[in-house]
Amino acid sequence: MSNINLLIDIVLLTMLVFTTVAIIRLRSLFAIVMLSGVYSLLSANIFVILDAVDVAFTEAAVGAGISTVLMLATIGITGYEQKKRRNHNWIAPLTVVLITGAVLVYGTLDMPAFTNPNDPIHLHVAPRYINDSPTEIGIPNMVTSVLASYRGYDTMGEVIVVFAALIGVLSLLGIREKSSAPLHAEPPARPILQVMAKFMIPYIILFSLYVQFHGDFGPGGGFQAGVIFSVAIILYTLTFSQQDAMALVPPRVLKRFAAIGVLIYGGTGVVSMFKGGNFLDYNVLVDDPLHGQHYGILIIEFGVGLTVACVMMLIFFAFISRGDKNP
Amino acid sequence: MTFIIDALSWVFLMLGCFLGISGAVGIFQFKEFYSRVHAASVTDTLCVFFIMAGLVLQSGFTLVTVKLVLAVALLWFTSPVASHALIHAAYLTGLKPKLTTTRKEAAKRGQS
Repeated sequence: MSNINLLIDIVLLTMLVFTTVAIIRLRSLFAIVMLSGVYSLLSANIFVILDAVDVAFTEAAVGAGISTVLMLATIGITGYEQKKRRNHNWIAPLTVVLITGAVLVYGTLDMPAFTNPNDPIHLHVAPRYINDSPTEIGIPNMVTSVLASYRGYDTMGEVIVVFAALIGVLSLLGIREKSSAPLHAEPPARPILQVMAKFMIPYIILFSLYVQFHGDFGPGGGFQAGVIFSVAIILYTLTFSQQDAMALVPPRVLKRFAAIGVLIYGGTGVVSMFKGGNFLDYNVLVDDPLHGQHYGILIIEFGVGLTVACVMMLIFFAFISRGDKNP
Repeated sequence: MTFIIDALSWVFLMLGCFLGISGAVGIFQFKEFYSRVHAASVTDTLCVFFIMAGLVLQSGFTLVTVKLVLAVALLWFTSPVASHALIHAAYLTGLKPKLTTTRKEAAKRGQS
């Protein structure tokens, strides 16, 4: 059994190395984007083998799914080929890389040895989470309890980073809303794709809601659910048209909802402060601390999902409305 | 009974593996884009079906079976459409299939 696992590990890691070399050597940006999707999918497989299902889920949804789509939308604006550089001087980049690498290696010298069971991380925080999470938080998925409750500040920071990315993209690019009426071409422009997309979109949205509200019990949570939800709308945009999608989910409304998601997260913290606890201390939300934790996690995961879904859709719209061709 | 089920699942798994390997060989051996996609799409559909069928026989009548059947259904709906979209995009951008005999040559051969 362990031999098979070792073999799978070796095969996956070898494929990772080959993908990396191919990414470095290729010039076609389209192929590079596709290969980086392959890279994310391979690392998701490795995460599954390491029993980190939540991380694998995020990697597959974000890395292989939406970032590939966003990068494709980007190279739709910039062009498909990498420009050739003249008077290629390789001494300066090589020196920079060597110095940075040396500094990084020097920095890791202080770190405790890899897989040493007596490391501080294995003695201090992890046992506390593993032993106390079932009684303190009371939800089966320990990853969610760490992410949403013990490390609630960090997750709030992540959500704000996502929101800040949206603000950056919107202030740099902006969304060009076309004023023309939605196109309902008769006969449909891409019949097979459109019928298939109509068939798939309800199931994708249903699955995203399952991931959202089942995150306490199984792998999943707000980030993955938001990404999957936005993928449904992006599929609609790609198979139908930009105008149709913008009529379905107007960017004006999406901007409000993205902000509301962050507000829900922060508001939960403020409410818990008013109730006499610390910021993001869910114990005081209702009478029973355990129920308070459940409510708190559910509410902030909803906020995360709302923000992530709206931000992903808005960034996609911003990129796609820049391209000259209608996708 | 268990022997029959085991043998059947082995046959399915072997067929699936054969189709998967033949698809991979086809992707590398065929000279031209459309035949390569053809080889890949065989892997997408029938190979997946055979491997999943073998696994279903192994897993018996459990929740895993339902999940496997759902996965097969999802793949059968999506991957032919993906192949279609790929080929359609290639055709629209002007990649013509390379035929060994063009229509003119065939017509000439018919006349002579």
